Amino acid sequence: MYTQGLDSPGREALHASSPDTAALEARFQARVDADEKIEPKDWMPEGYRQTLIRQISQHAHSEVVGMLPEGNWITRAPTLRRKAVLIAKVQDEGGHGMYLYSAAETLGISRDQMMAQLLSGAAKYSSIFNYPTPTWADVGAIGWLVDGAAIMNQIPICRCSYGPYARAMVRICREESFHQRQGFEIMMTLARGTPEQRRMAQDALNRWWWPALMMFGPSDAESRHTAQSMRWKIKRFTNDELRQQFVDITVPQARFLGLEIPDPHLRWDEASQHYVFGPIDWAEFQQVLKGNGPCNRERLEARRRAYEQGRWVREAALAHAEKQRQRAAQAA
Amino acid sequence: MNEKEWPLFEVFVRSRSGLEHKHVGSVHAADARMAIEHARDVYTRRQEGVSIWVVRSSDITASDPAEADAFFEPARDKVYRHPTFYSIPDEVKNL
Repeated sequence: MYTQGLDSPGREALHASSPDTAALEARFQARVDADEKIEPKDWMPEGYRQTLIRQISQHAHSEVVGMLPEGNWITRAPTLRRKAVLIAKVQDEGGHGMYLYSAAETLGISRDQMMAQLLSGAAKYSSIFNYPTPTWADVGAIGWLVDGAAIMNQIPICRCSYGPYARAMVRICREESFHQRQGFEIMMTLARGTPEQRRMAQDALNRWWWPALMMFGPSDAESRHTAQSMRWKIKRFTNDELRQQFVDITVPQARFLGLEIPDPHLRWDEASQHYVFGPIDWAEFQQVLKGNGPCNRERLEARRRAYEQGRWVREAALAHAEKQRQRAAQAA
Repeated sequence: MNEKEWPLFEVFVRSRSGLEHKHVGSVHAADARMAIEHARDVYTRRQEGVSIWVVRSSDITASDPAEADAFFEPARDKVYRHPTFYSIPDEVKNL
């Protein structure tokens, strides 16, 4: 799915530049400007490394926590087909988390460190996963809107200056398209169903629309890291540009479904050739980021429980591997 | 969280017969056998491979990017290793 952590406050380790580092930094920036990719062992400014570690790990955490709201429906999917699809999708999210942890590890942080940051609450993940999924229509809305917003955000990252992140993103984007289409298909089925199913679809859209717009992060005016991230080509478009693009392509899709976007201010603007939409409730966004969303506690609790309950498996597997090694050594 | 971390393995996948194995990423696993299974689940969910190699990341020795210029310098002035270095008249065929 997606991270919005790009803009959340983090420790910026920009060192005071000595003449040496200034030369290295200039050379680094020249490489980035020339669209060269930066690879793991290359020299890079500490701020670049820290920004990437923060962004990639938050992105990975988002994928892993993102398995929870949808996983909620695996046992209750309405048909075997839907159930098989949902299992595959949730497994993909886990896989995306693994690609991303693997990319972040090339920057010198360990998997365990990242896991510790997630479980302690020090690391953030996308605010969207702190909303509940009370009905089956939510599975459709997540695929359509949340994965749709994710794709919008992630496609430019395929051209990110950091090689391992860009490569992970290419794999993810390829897989994400199935997620969005299966979500839209669920919405379409509901929208063409009974009046009650229609109501369910509309209700899901009502609840997910605004949180989906918040996924693009704070408005450009509030965004602290955008300028630097764009200079480093970690980011290619601003939050507001991507949000606008998302609204522009999604409104006609909602219209096709015969559903109404829950925004009384929404209108087409002929002059700019864009949809104009109403104000976003940033107070709600801040509350969810701070840990006070509807499901923050439940999500972290689920991750902690999984970590604790998996401990004996991790230890037993290591012990078994060690025993096998010793046996092989003795036999030799 | 001071337990021992599962070691890291680099993963190489052959996408189909006739092509070489290519690096795709890494996985953590208790041993090589498990690394192969994890690599299958993480990197070949859509039939992206017919063969997988894994190798402990700590067993890889890599050239130093900081010395790349000097290290690869010997090849730089040997343009005569390329066929285009030699000018042959157009009327000579099959060369």
